[in-house]
Amino acid sequence: MSTTLAIEHLTIGLPEGADRPFAVEDVTMSIEKGEILCVVGESGSGKSMTANALMGLLPPGVTVKAGRAMFEARDVIRLPEPEKQALRGASIAMIFQEPMTALNPLMRIGEQIAEVFAAHDRYTQSERREKALALIREVQLPDPEKIIRAYPFQLSGGQRQRAMIAMALALEPKLLIADEPTTALDVTTQAQILKLILDLRERRGMAVMFITHDFGVVAEIADQVIVMREGRVVERGIAADVLGNPQHEYTKRLLDAIPTGTLPQARQLSDTPALEIKGLRKVYRTGGGLFKPVREVRAVDDVSLTVARGEVLGLVGESGSGKSTLGRTAVRLVTPDGGQVLVGGTDLAALSDEELRKQRHKVQMVFQDPYASLNPRQRIMGAITDGPITRGIPRKEAEARARELLEIVGLGAEAASRFPHEFSGGQRQRIGIARALAMDPELIIADEAVSALDVSIQAQVLDLLRALREKLELSILFITHDLRVAAQLCDRIAVMQKGKLVEIGTVHEIFLEPKQDYTRQLLAAVPGAGWDRQGAA
Amino acid sequence: MWNRFRSNIGAMVGVLLLLAVILIAIFAPLLFAHSPWQMVQRPFLPPFSMDGLPLGTDTLGRDVASQLAYGARVSLLVGLVSTLVALLIGVPLGALAGFYGGYVDEGAMRFTEFFQTIPNFALAIVLVAIFEPTLASITLAIAIVSWPPVARLVRAEVMSVRKREFVDAATLAGLSKPRILVRQVLPNTVSPIIVMASLMVATAILLESSLSFLGLGDPNAMSWGYMIGAARTVIRSSWWLSFFPGIAIVITVLALNLIGEGLNDALNPHLSRKGKA
Repeated sequence: MSTTLAIEHLTIGLPEGADRPFAVEDVTMSIEKGEILCVVGESGSGKSMTANALMGLLPPGVTVKAGRAMFEARDVIRLPEPEKQALRGASIAMIFQEPMTALNPLMRIGEQIAEVFAAHDRYTQSERREKALALIREVQLPDPEKIIRAYPFQLSGGQRQRAMIAMALALEPKLLIADEPTTALDVTTQAQILKLILDLRERRGMAVMFITHDFGVVAEIADQVIVMREGRVVERGIAADVLGNPQHEYTKRLLDAIPTGTLPQARQLSDTPALEIKGLRKVYRTGGGLFKPVREVRAVDDVSLTVARGEVLGLVGESGSGKSTLGRTAVRLVTPDGGQVLVGGTDLAALSDEELRKQRHKVQMVFQDPYASLNPRQRIMGAITDGPITRGIPRKEAEARARELLEIVGLGAEAASRFPHEFSGGQRQRIGIARALAMDPELIIADEAVSALDVSIQAQVLDLLRALREKLELSILFITHDLRVAAQLCDRIAVMQKGKLVEIGTVHEIFLEPKQDYTRQLLAAVPGAGWDRQGAA
Repeated sequence: MWNRFRSNIGAMVGVLLLLAVILIAIFAPLLFAHSPWQMVQRPFLPPFSMDGLPLGTDTLGRDVASQLAYGARVSLLVGLVSTLVALLIGVPLGALAGFYGGYVDEGAMRFTEFFQTIPNFALAIVLVAIFEPTLASITLAIAIVSWPPVARLVRAEVMSVRKREFVDAATLAGLSKPRILVRQVLPNTVSPIIVMASLMVATAILLESSLSFLGLGDPNAMSWGYMIGAARTVIRSSWWLSFFPGIAIVITVLALNLIGEGLNDALNPHLSRKGKA
């Protein structure tokens, strides 16, 4: 085998005032022909910077200080811009995380693929179309004749990523750089895209540099693994070795932080329900006009479930399954079209606005985006005490309680006087949990509460939730797309698909004896499902 | 934020210029012994021809430098107060429209469009002509023609902030809607409002000058627009009578625009036009 790309002692400097002097420091790696190299790391580890440096996509102020990247006997970092441009797309191609923003929304898919040929002056108009069609077939997009004329918004997330891959493959590059290409996708779609990348590698023999934060994905596709942390390589090796027998502390910690398939001990649940949802329905209507029929989407279609007091119920589904709508209906941020939401005997769905405001405290929510869920112009104390004070709790008491809660979630009371921007994502999520607890709710709804966090932070927040569950006898409706996460925390799991409840049962029932096909599909699609860490270690 | 603003050379130049104009306006009575209406020398005295009258005299023999200094008071006062009044109308209207949506939004926006369809300046002339032309009525007229963009801006900002999760969180905390609007949403819209306000002061100064130029100014207040208007018949023989007030307007408006852009870059660093190469 011959080496496709050799990065030697690459150092990338950050502009002054950044949190560290170098984004990437003395990184050396090489990719052989036909090999998949996974670069793994948490956010801020410099893994994307390395890729961007190869493509000449570094943001302003960020420069390569030292080192070189040899590709076809040339140093791609120091090539003059015109040669770099000729190289990009033709010999080195890249696919990105967010397929919606990486595609031009005003251009048909076929034109975008043909554009790649046009940019490099290859073929005639009709040949380009033929080639585009062939590529669309190769990435297994359904109905190529139709797709070629479709706009990006008409495609699903997975189809868009396939279209991106088709563009990247257009000129038969020797090296494909994939920057978190499956992170924004559902598990089942992710599994398909990973398989596609494996197939293409097989067929075309190209080298792939695959950037990811997910060791599950690594287990699925990697030949070689490089673990990065704060700009440095901490461990490298053959995939099986790194995963099975990690040497470095950091790698071990990362691997430990991954939710495993190990199922928790089943707990005895009480019979009193904290939340009862009966026949809940919510239909979204869009469009409609004089000549256009109204389009109806049944986001939640006749769903009934209960969460017992002290229970954590996981609500799992892919995007568009209606799990978030269900959660928002349960706190009545969304008013349902039918059905009941009973919390402690009160039907939240039937209350008037004024009555509802007085009952709000019964159900609280922890939101997905730690950056959007705190008011940037309000101190933490205000964010936590606003609710209790409105409920009539004296300010002094509310503030004392807020400090106590900040201690409980592991931040310390002095956090109260600071502003949200002083905290990291994981810390903000803790604040969000403290805010929800301050209301003494009967039920907490956690809507993808750990999805935006790095694995190690995710593990900490999950630990916190588990501890709180024991200490405060919390009832939680835990909404997630990630079965592995659900398995760690939940007593029971409910699976949703297209607005309907597909299956509900204890974690053991769902994982060991799934009754429905869809549940089985979900389980099979979990990355790294076949990789038994316990056995390997 | 202050550091980002300070590193913007244009904005700092703007601040210095505006500071100079403000100081001159404040200390006008100390700097010039005679009132701007007082005749002190023979008419049409060119600039730099006599000590104590650096910018010469006008058609009636009044001190042009003194007129400029007193004119700065009128311009700044009208600019500032009319902007404040415009904000007082525009911010609440836009906030209500953006936050409540539906019929409130429809009503408020149709009302706003009613004002937007009439040319600014024509409406201002009509308003001043209907009222007595006094400083107060001119200020009010300028405010009335300049609030619609504020309402639209605030509406758009509120609509985007209102969809963020912390607003949902506040709703779940049981806060009432008016309280959410005032305490959670509006504080997050101030940056663009501040930027717009600084630019509006500049526009208001121009409007006031134009009105005075047409003879619709307060007859008891010396203003730059009035000076240019009075001097237009002699512009070919006595250029300095219209030149200096013109320069004063240019400098003040330029300073405000520089400050406005500086504020924009400092408050919205992600939208800064200079950030990307």
